[in-house]
Amino acid sequence: MENVKIDKTIDARGSACPGPMMEAIRAIKAAPVGTVIEVLSADKGSTNDIPAWVKKVGHELVGIEERDGYWSIVVKKVK
Amino acid sequence: MPKRIVIVGGGAGGTISANLLARNLYRELVRGEVVINMITNTPEHIYQPGFLYIVFDKIRPNEIIRQQKDLLDPHINLFIDPAKKIDRENNVVITESGKEYPYDYLIVATGSKTVPEEIPGLKEGGHMFYTLEDAKKLRDALREFKGGRVVITVGVPHKCPVAPLEITFMLYDYFKEKNMLDNVELFYTYPINRLHALEPVSNWAVPQFEKRGIKYEVMFNMETIDPEKKIIYSMEGTELNYDLLIAVPPHSGAKVIEESGMGDKGWVPTDKRTLHAEGYDNIYVIGDTTNLPISKAGSTAHFEADVVAERLSIELLEGKSSVEYDGKVVCFVETGFDEATYVWFNYDTPPNPTPPSRMLHWMKLGYNRLYWLSARGIL
Repeated sequence: MENVKIDKTIDARGSACPGPMMEAIRAIKAAPVGTVIEVLSADKGSTNDIPAWVKKVGHELVGIEERDGYWSIVVKKVK
Repeated sequence: MPKRIVIVGGGAGGTISANLLARNLYRELVRGEVVINMITNTPEHIYQPGFLYIVFDKIRPNEIIRQQKDLLDPHINLFIDPAKKIDRENNVVITESGKEYPYDYLIVATGSKTVPEEIPGLKEGGHMFYTLEDAKKLRDALREFKGGRVVITVGVPHKCPVAPLEITFMLYDYFKEKNMLDNVELFYTYPINRLHALEPVSNWAVPQFEKRGIKYEVMFNMETIDPEKKIIYSMEGTELNYDLLIAVPPHSGAKVIEESGMGDKGWVPTDKRTLHAEGYDNIYVIGDTTNLPISKAGSTAHFEADVVAERLSIELLEGKSSVEYDGKVVCFVETGFDEATYVWFNYDTPPNPTPPSRMLHWMKLGYNRLYWLSARGIL
């Protein structure tokens, strides 16, 4: 993911409610098509949940990266 | 020259912070060394959690409305004059009447509003309960409802994240009381992959839904509504028929925020600990107005107001403050007409809901009245 240009980062670490996945949906809804959005989550479950939703809706999962105690999940809005 | 504090917004966050500041800075206010000006849109203050009870005739509208001037400490100046522009470079708020309110410190508590127009067909085809008018309309529709499928669906982002579950459980008890359960199918949808954002609450809710026969679909984000055919189309490509649609509409922040260039969709980038507007040490942001990934709820606004009032008082009286917001949120969750549960959490502590009880339900009913003490900065 090193070469990916991220347009917007959502830091959802420490977000119990609404949580990283809801924050991801909110950001994707509000962004123009083509936007690359990074969601930071301290919840490992996000690495399954967010990609599952992205696949269902038809956006693109750019990648997932584990960092120091949290995960970066990068998504591109394609429609 | 007195230090001027301007508070934009007279909801829970603005009102609590104003009253706490007035108490902390009582001597300075009396001596004219500090001035607190509140600018807000309406002369009335509404306790919004009451809307849920309006739907079921459990609370009368006059119980959830007070005059804003009656809630404020008399040392606070109240101006009913909507803010039109916040000029951060010149430290001044300009109102629709053209008046200018210069400030040394600003608290932005402009809240959020429903934007059902973001979902084509929702206004025409669905009911909501996030304004007094909408709650009354839903109440009237329920009185007329003869049976069929009731769909509860949820927009993103939205405030009061427990409300979708609460109204579902209360609808079940309502139809049970009316002996209508044989004619009614309750169908709940939720945007993410479980029944509620809080995983422990979701885990608790699944068997409760199954026990009551409440159907559900997760990862369902309404995209458009066809009011004629009574169908909801989701972003995920599915569709759902309804006879009565009850929607939590998507929300956005206040117009003045976007028009002042302070944040997309009216949400202000905010430091999660100090609650400063990013880049401005003399501007605090509280409640729904922040862009923080935490619950948009009166409880959040309340705890943030405590922090901001404390920080600002210490800054004015003693210099820098070390008081910070830890992300605390406390929510009662009605689980029907007779019982409730309760969750609290912060940035570091996940929620752990307690088993529902009548006692917690009574506490919630009690808090519906005690709120007026919270607004006054007493509780």
